Amino acid sequence: MFDKYEKGILISSILVMMLFIFSLVYSLDKKGRNITECIPFNKTYQKGRVEKIDDSTYQVFMVAKMWAFEPDKIYIPVGSTVDFFLTSLDVVHGFNIAPKNVNLMAVFGGVGKSTVKFDNPGVYKIVCHEYCGVGHQFMQGEVIVNYPENK
Amino acid sequence: MEISRSLKRIIIIELFVPVSLLTIGIYHGLMQTIYRAGFLHQAGALKLDYYQGLTLHGVINAVVLTTFFAVAFGHATITHYLKREPDILIARISMCLMIIGTLMAAWAMLSGKASVLYTFYPPLKAHPLFYLGAALLIVGSWLPFFNWAKMYRQWKKENAEVKTPLAVIGTLVNFTIWFVCTLAVAYEVLVLLIPWSMGWTKTIDVTLSRTLFWFFGHALVYFWLLPAYIMFYTMLPKLAGGKLYSDLAGRIAFFSFLVLSIPVGVHHQFADPGITRGVKMFQGLLTFGIAIPSFMTAFNLAASLEYAGVQRGSKGLFGWIKKLPFLDPNRYLFAYMICGLILFIFGGLTGIPNASYQLNNVIHNTAFLPGHFHMTVAGPVFLAIIGMSTFLISQLKGKKIFWPKINVVIPYLWMIGVLIFSSGLMWGGLIGEPRRTNLGLSYLNPQSPLFRPDWVPTTMLALAGGIIMFVAGMLYFVVFFGTLIRKKTEVALLDLPESETYHVEKRVPIFDKFKPWLVIMVVVLLLAYVPALWGINNNNAPKALPYKVDNPMPDTTNTLNK
Repeated sequence: MFDKYEKGILISSILVMMLFIFSLVYSLDKKGRNITECIPFNKTYQKGRVEKIDDSTYQVFMVAKMWAFEPDKIYIPVGSTVDFFLTSLDVVHGFNIAPKNVNLMAVFGGVGKSTVKFDNPGVYKIVCHEYCGVGHQFMQGEVIVNYPENK
Repeated sequence: MEISRSLKRIIIIELFVPVSLLTIGIYHGLMQTIYRAGFLHQAGALKLDYYQGLTLHGVINAVVLTTFFAVAFGHATITHYLKREPDILIARISMCLMIIGTLMAAWAMLSGKASVLYTFYPPLKAHPLFYLGAALLIVGSWLPFFNWAKMYRQWKKENAEVKTPLAVIGTLVNFTIWFVCTLAVAYEVLVLLIPWSMGWTKTIDVTLSRTLFWFFGHALVYFWLLPAYIMFYTMLPKLAGGKLYSDLAGRIAFFSFLVLSIPVGVHHQFADPGITRGVKMFQGLLTFGIAIPSFMTAFNLAASLEYAGVQRGSKGLFGWIKKLPFLDPNRYLFAYMICGLILFIFGGLTGIPNASYQLNNVIHNTAFLPGHFHMTVAGPVFLAIIGMSTFLISQLKGKKIFWPKINVVIPYLWMIGVLIFSSGLMWGGLIGEPRRTNLGLSYLNPQSPLFRPDWVPTTMLALAGGIIMFVAGMLYFVVFFGTLIRKKTEVALLDLPESETYHVEKRVPIFDKFKPWLVIMVVVLLLAYVPALWGINNNNAPKALPYKVDNPMPDTTNTLNK
């Protein structure tokens, strides 16, 4: 049915794809912590707040709404691990902390979760990257790392 | 062959309408790069708001142009290869539905009542006519498909032992994908969105709507791509002066698209809550499966082009590249297709990080994404569409090409523009620049506290590419409309270039019938989407009220009473 070149086409295509799929599965457990997790919805997620679990562990309950994040400034010490829980109160919003690869969609009625450790001090910008109406381009926030006194 | 006046007129109108609208789409493409590079610090210009223009850019370029073209090109291909004409009444009704739908949606967008972008994610609410217009456009594009399928069955009865022409398989595969995937978006629009935007139902399930949209949304890109693939397989080798290396591999590629185009939509929702990791991982893997037919096509076409080069007297391992008719004004379709294919190498490769579950986190919804898809949809798809539109207009009207030497340069200019433009966007995306954002008002405005100096070089690069693309687009309009209004000097006919095949292959029955592939398609589709929809149904997520784009308070008034 196939000549040797056709076989070559088929086999090399499939081998390249196997390599990609292998990489995908291989990296799943190693750096997989900041992949979006979905959490069953609960009304408590609709109230924006920061909760300190211990000196280096925080939970941020982030609420996106037209056109602001709540809380929009988060102060944490260097070396903290932060769980971000994200939901939206209205339309679809985005949530991107580019240098840390935290990248979530805020959807009404859904809760996304991503966990990340901030090892270096600095101001990490949060940008809304999904169109959410006329004020979309002003919707942003900050994670400010290196505030030992936690304001 | 000679074709009837009525069919000729239908094809010409179905090319003329979207190309005329494309002027608005391309105009706002340039405008976006100007806003984004920080040269305009305002919400709109010349009575066109940024997001209103972005909606027009997406809907016209990616939905209206591609759908009209697929139908017009389908009529041409089916007529040419089956040597019979489709039912004119059906073709006319389909054309009218598509035009009425487009006008409704265009009115809603131009009057600023539907600035919700082409993905129309609820709970952002648009005017009901926007949704209804989209639905009519889609339903209109279904009708010719049923007619072609009937013509094909009849042809098959008369020619049971003859291989179905590859272009016919491609066209029918493409419209089967289109019909199945648009069922989901038709359900979303007719059952969920229209009653909700009219105020008859109060709330809407956001995750369900998004999932139905992407059930359609990713198959949509193959609906754009397959007409270009049909041209690559059945015309490009001929235009290059060679033969298609493997016809059978082409058939396998088309049937793989049939099976795998739809059950991969969740890879657009990797960052969404409400869909489990298992579903995301499974559809992520299937996404890599669908890269296989594209890889096969790349090998197959490269072999065909190498053969063409050798036929034209090339020497050495890579000498064939120099022998191809890159700038031959008489074979300008070759230039359009080869530029598209060069862009597609980069377009395909940059799609891989998007499709990879973990890597997607780096670039999800950033400017990387439009950087990627401008090398696919604004690459092979767009170049094949505009090249073939000029070709069909010139043949069907019996008119010579206007500015033939400029015509053959347009695709190269466009390709250079896209490469620069996409480099800028993708670089920006890697450092966090968002897509779909009027950057000029905030992040690229030095007066704003949000100013991001690190995004200046990336947006400037995108602007440079955007200007080159705009110039190429304008030249195309001159060639297209110039050809259209010229004096008739030739015999009007329909005669598509037909590639011969390098091997004389026997007919392999399994790759010459649709039934087994349709069954596999349905099985894979159920495996991929039943768990996704079942999960969404069991989330018990609250539903959302409608919102207008300019008001953070829900809008629950009945649209028609205002």
